Amino acid sequence: MNHLETFRVAITAILANKVRAFLTVLGIMIGVLSVILLTSLVSGLKTTITKQIAGLGSNLVIVIPGRIGGARSPGGIQANRLTFADAANLKNKLRQDALVCAVVQKTGTLKRLNINDKGAAIYGVQANYEKIISLKTEKGRFINEADVASGRRVAVIGKTVEKELFGATNPLNQTIKIVGLNYVVIGVGASRGSIFGIDQDNSVLIPLTSAQKQFGITSPNTIYLNALKAENVKDVQAKATAILNKRLTEDDFSVQTQEQALSTIATVTNVLTLGLGGIAAISLIVGGIGIMNIMLVSVTERTREIGLRKALGAQPEDIRNQFLIEAVTLSGIGGIIGIVLGILLSLLINNFLQTTITWWSVILSFGFAMIVGVIFGVAPAVRASRLDPIQALRYE
Amino acid sequence: MLLVQLANIDKIYQIGRDLKFQALKNINLSIKSGEFVAITGPSGSGKSTLMNILGLLDRPTQGSYELEGQDVARLSEKVMAEIRNKKIGFVFQQFNLLNRTSILDNVALPLIYGGIDGEERIAKAKEALDQVGLSDKLQNRPNQLSGGQQQRVAIARALVTDPQIILADEPTGNLDTKTGQQIMGIFCKLNNSGKTIILITHELEIAKQAKRTIRMRDGEIEK
Repeated sequence: MNHLETFRVAITAILANKVRAFLTVLGIMIGVLSVILLTSLVSGLKTTITKQIAGLGSNLVIVIPGRIGGARSPGGIQANRLTFADAANLKNKLRQDALVCAVVQKTGTLKRLNINDKGAAIYGVQANYEKIISLKTEKGRFINEADVASGRRVAVIGKTVEKELFGATNPLNQTIKIVGLNYVVIGVGASRGSIFGIDQDNSVLIPLTSAQKQFGITSPNTIYLNALKAENVKDVQAKATAILNKRLTEDDFSVQTQEQALSTIATVTNVLTLGLGGIAAISLIVGGIGIMNIMLVSVTERTREIGLRKALGAQPEDIRNQFLIEAVTLSGIGGIIGIVLGILLSLLINNFLQTTITWWSVILSFGFAMIVGVIFGVAPAVRASRLDPIQALRYE
Repeated sequence: MLLVQLANIDKIYQIGRDLKFQALKNINLSIKSGEFVAITGPSGSGKSTLMNILGLLDRPTQGSYELEGQDVARLSEKVMAEIRNKKIGFVFQQFNLLNRTSILDNVALPLIYGGIDGEERIAKAKEALDQVGLSDKLQNRPNQLSGGQQQRVAIARALVTDPQIILADEPTGNLDTKTGQQIMGIFCKLNNSGKTIILITHELEIAKQAKRTIRMRDGEIEK
């Protein structure tokens, strides 16, 4: 019996029980769909963050509190031991090598007249922040040295804040309330998009000194250093580390170049991909068990048919192949529907969150689905092929 | 020409650890090509076991079985399946048709396992259906037909490979008397055109229509 005939028999058997076939396929479908969807989400996140960091310029060196990969790594509960004195110290000692900017960060509500913002990210920055982070100020001007020196209450607002608080009105020289205090809008920043649903434009920049005064912040969240010469990046990193090490221990801070930050993100997203992909793959295995269950039922139900086929001259392999192909066809159909839905869904989600469909995840999840079909199809198929034709023909 | 020769056939079933059941005792039987043989006997007499051995669905415990001069008593499952496919046509009491597929595909089924492809297969299946007078129902499903028609489809399926023997196990058992007679008419016609037919039945009326009757009792052939 050739394979085309076997395939035709398998398809006929599947079509004879469409609802059951659909339910069987569902498990595999959901598995493949979630592998593709989750990996495309993580890849999208990676793409966005990478783009943002790459956009900062390759001369950038970033100092953050805590040690990456250490006991008190970022995100963990820890005391921020960096101080503004450290930032000033770096600025002073690296005057010849790099631009230095300390940044503080807070979230708070914004208000204009009777319009309330839902809450925005508030950054306290120094005048060179614009240059270091390569921001663009679309309207008005950025915060200058004088603003920082005298702690003026001026603000550069993001596009989203402008839209929400001002609508079509020109925001320049208007007053807004940032967590209860009046600030004058001096500029509007160019759009920066969003990372994993966090709108980068829902933010407001104010002078570092004003932020310190208003919120009583004593530690910078980030110190940015921008090497004046590209070839000095490693040198700046080493010097900054040495300077900070005089007062702090290595668990208190991390100094990363842009390149290292990118590789840290790659590490994090790879772990995410593996973790989420692994969870999704479990549903593929569960789907495989569903297929096995249905195939075992099918073998029992069709005992007489198997007996008849054997009596008419079917070889044990013919029977085994028939049921194996049926199982693999089920998982294949589930895989294909899963791929189609997974791609459609991630394209849909791409309208809100960036998703990047990776071809390896499509191929891998489909391949895995087929393997699951084979593995869980073998036992029922072998059972069918071993049935004794006399017993099988008598089966009621 | 001698088609079937059974010599000293025993079939013993092991039931549990200590209990044995001897289904066939020292069976000696010769059937010539072109015969129409009825095997009768009460239930439990061993006629189904004999039919399973004749049809190469089962192996005897002892004794020899020659089919067309070839020793077939102890073959592998694979070779037995091949011989069943090429040389034996089965007709069952329950018809055993596949309800999901058309009459034509049902009849063509043995040819698929015989490795006969495409047009030749369709042509042979149509020819076999023509022989039983069902060429107008090719695309129907078995469950759309009457019992008698279904059994005719099953006979067409048995004929399609042009086998040496047709083995019919109680072919009229599920049919009313009139329809049963029609089916017997087909067997007689086939026998007249030269086919060897071995019929298993417990109905004497049916057995009488064969040219030779073999009676069985307690696993032995009655003299």
